[in-house]
Amino acid sequence: MSARVFVARDSSAISVGAQTVAEAIAAQAARLGEDVEVVRTGSRGLFWLEPLVEVDTAGGRVAYGPVREQDVADLFASGFLRGAHHRLGHGLTQQIPYLARQQRQTFARMGLVDPLSLDDYRQHGGYVGLRQALSMGPAAAVQTLIDSGLRGRGGAAFPTGIKWKTVRDQPSATKYVVCNADEGDSGTFSDRMIMEGDPFVLVEGMAIAGVSVGATQGYIYVRSEYPYAEATIVRAIEVARTAGYLGADVMGSGQRFDLEVRRGAGAYICGEETSMLESLEGKRGMVRFRPPLPAVEGLFGKPTLVNNVVTLASVPTVFAHGAQAYRDFGMGRSRGTLPFQLAGNVRHGGLVETAFGLTLRELLYDFGGGSASGRPIRAVQVGGPLGAYVPQSQFDTPLDYEAFAALGAMIGHGGIVAFDDAADLAQMARFAMEFCALESCGKCTPCRIGSTRAVEVMDRIRAHPENAAHVGLLRELCETMTAGSLCALGGMAPAPVLSVLNHFPEDFGLVAAAAAKSA
Amino acid sequence: MTPEAAVAAAIELHAQQPGGLLPLLHEIQDRLGYVPPQSLGPIAKAMHLSVAEVHGVLGFYHHFRQKPPGRHILRLCLAEACQSMGSRQLLEHARKITGADLHATSPDGALTLEPVYCLGNCACSPAVLLDKQLFGRVDAQRLEDIVERCREAT
Repeated sequence: MSARVFVARDSSAISVGAQTVAEAIAAQAARLGEDVEVVRTGSRGLFWLEPLVEVDTAGGRVAYGPVREQDVADLFASGFLRGAHHRLGHGLTQQIPYLARQQRQTFARMGLVDPLSLDDYRQHGGYVGLRQALSMGPAAAVQTLIDSGLRGRGGAAFPTGIKWKTVRDQPSATKYVVCNADEGDSGTFSDRMIMEGDPFVLVEGMAIAGVSVGATQGYIYVRSEYPYAEATIVRAIEVARTAGYLGADVMGSGQRFDLEVRRGAGAYICGEETSMLESLEGKRGMVRFRPPLPAVEGLFGKPTLVNNVVTLASVPTVFAHGAQAYRDFGMGRSRGTLPFQLAGNVRHGGLVETAFGLTLRELLYDFGGGSASGRPIRAVQVGGPLGAYVPQSQFDTPLDYEAFAALGAMIGHGGIVAFDDAADLAQMARFAMEFCALESCGKCTPCRIGSTRAVEVMDRIRAHPENAAHVGLLRELCETMTAGSLCALGGMAPAPVLSVLNHFPEDFGLVAAAAAKSA
Repeated sequence: MTPEAAVAAAIELHAQQPGGLLPLLHEIQDRLGYVPPQSLGPIAKAMHLSVAEVHGVLGFYHHFRQKPPGRHILRLCLAEACQSMGSRQLLEHARKITGADLHATSPDGALTLEPVYCLGNCACSPAVLLDKQLFGRVDAQRLEDIVERCREAT
């Protein structure tokens, strides 16, 4: 009987050697005459253990990692094909605490299946959701989504079902579903993992969206920085179409829905939905005024449902297990689970899908294991480049959309970037505005000009921290940007700056300056 | 393939596609490594746009290049997660060993250095993308190996 060995084909795993390790395992097996099948899967999301090698045993998969090419011969010698003990061993994968403590719903299949095998997908519950949605009909399907409490996972957290209902209620004969796969926030990779590791769940989620709102064509707007994700999702669409899950007659329902992938071109602003629609129309990614909402007048002027990858990938689960089962996870108005992404200076970086309500401290220490550098974690930026730098004193805040909003912070797309005590947070505040200046579409003056001026004012504060007028000016500028920008780029770029001014003024030299003045 | 032929092929493939300008520009850059200035006229004509409109789109997106790059393109991630793991220092090292600044090509023509803001490899920071190949946990030594590989390969 042949042994089955699993190695991820996720780009992050490959970036640290998974491809080389997979090839070395196949070569060593051939050399020893062992019958080994190397299966390439998505990543489990335990990135500090990548390249992670798993072996099928009677008790389940046994994990070894991080495995280097030079460890392979030794793994064979110690009998890893039978799940034997080895210094790189972690026992049963499912029992690794990092994974065992998660509540994987959207990422339930991640790391288990060959991403492009429809058989694998169906064996692990795939296409149960679409069948369910088709049998209940579009009105009931939209109501199911409303009942589930699912909110947009891209960052804005708008109730997904309400958006679907708005699009469904439009009388237009032509409607579109657009998947926002322009995952530009630093510290986030959950969209990428879905597209590379379980692409059919996105294809299925979009098909459910299409038949529910009455759209026949969907687009996936993938960022150009994700070449592996693009290649995988393009292939998955072809496979799904051939098998009748897309095309003129979705699963024999008589309804048409098809998908096309479009590649972005390195503009962060195109993650903003109206700017993305402009880009899909072949134009500069300039933000549009709202209203009209895209749900009423979106792509090519037609009603358009715009949802993020993780949102759409959560839809099949909702339909397969029911709205109530999804709703039972979470707290307050944040229902269900969120795949948090632990990144930056953290020892155990990776994907942690849990119900809302966990604290930042639990995430950083119980899962993350503290900083990678071994120094104290001083601040974490939550929710991407427009998110606040959260100080230690707020680490016990539960991860809930409303609780974070109350702090002037946001959960956004669930990215969490840790910084140790060597970080210069004034430099990071300056970077937030540099980035805003670089990525501004230029439509709103406060964002286009204000971001450049903010960089200059921050330089003046650092040079002359004793001059309080500069700080007043910076705060005023931040207020103007927040109130006077159409979208979140100009509107939220002040958040990281203000959080550093409020919680880490010493990095601007303001504490020493105040002490000198009072002395 | 001559630039003229590449542009003609891209127009043939994408001019009729709804919102086809971005796919068209990608097609040209995928084939040539950049979008030549002399292609703007033919693109504008085929898409029923003004040259200024095409130029406006081309210039808006960081991904598109308007002059030929080196033999390889090395993108260094300079976003927050990679900064928290030392990507600023890595950039200094890259400048030193390649002799190229950001948006410029090394004197030997081996590689063009570009910044990128997130490669989605934030749990394995710092990250770089060499052409279409992703690398994680990149330190000074690993960067030198990558650069060396660019110099050897033609």
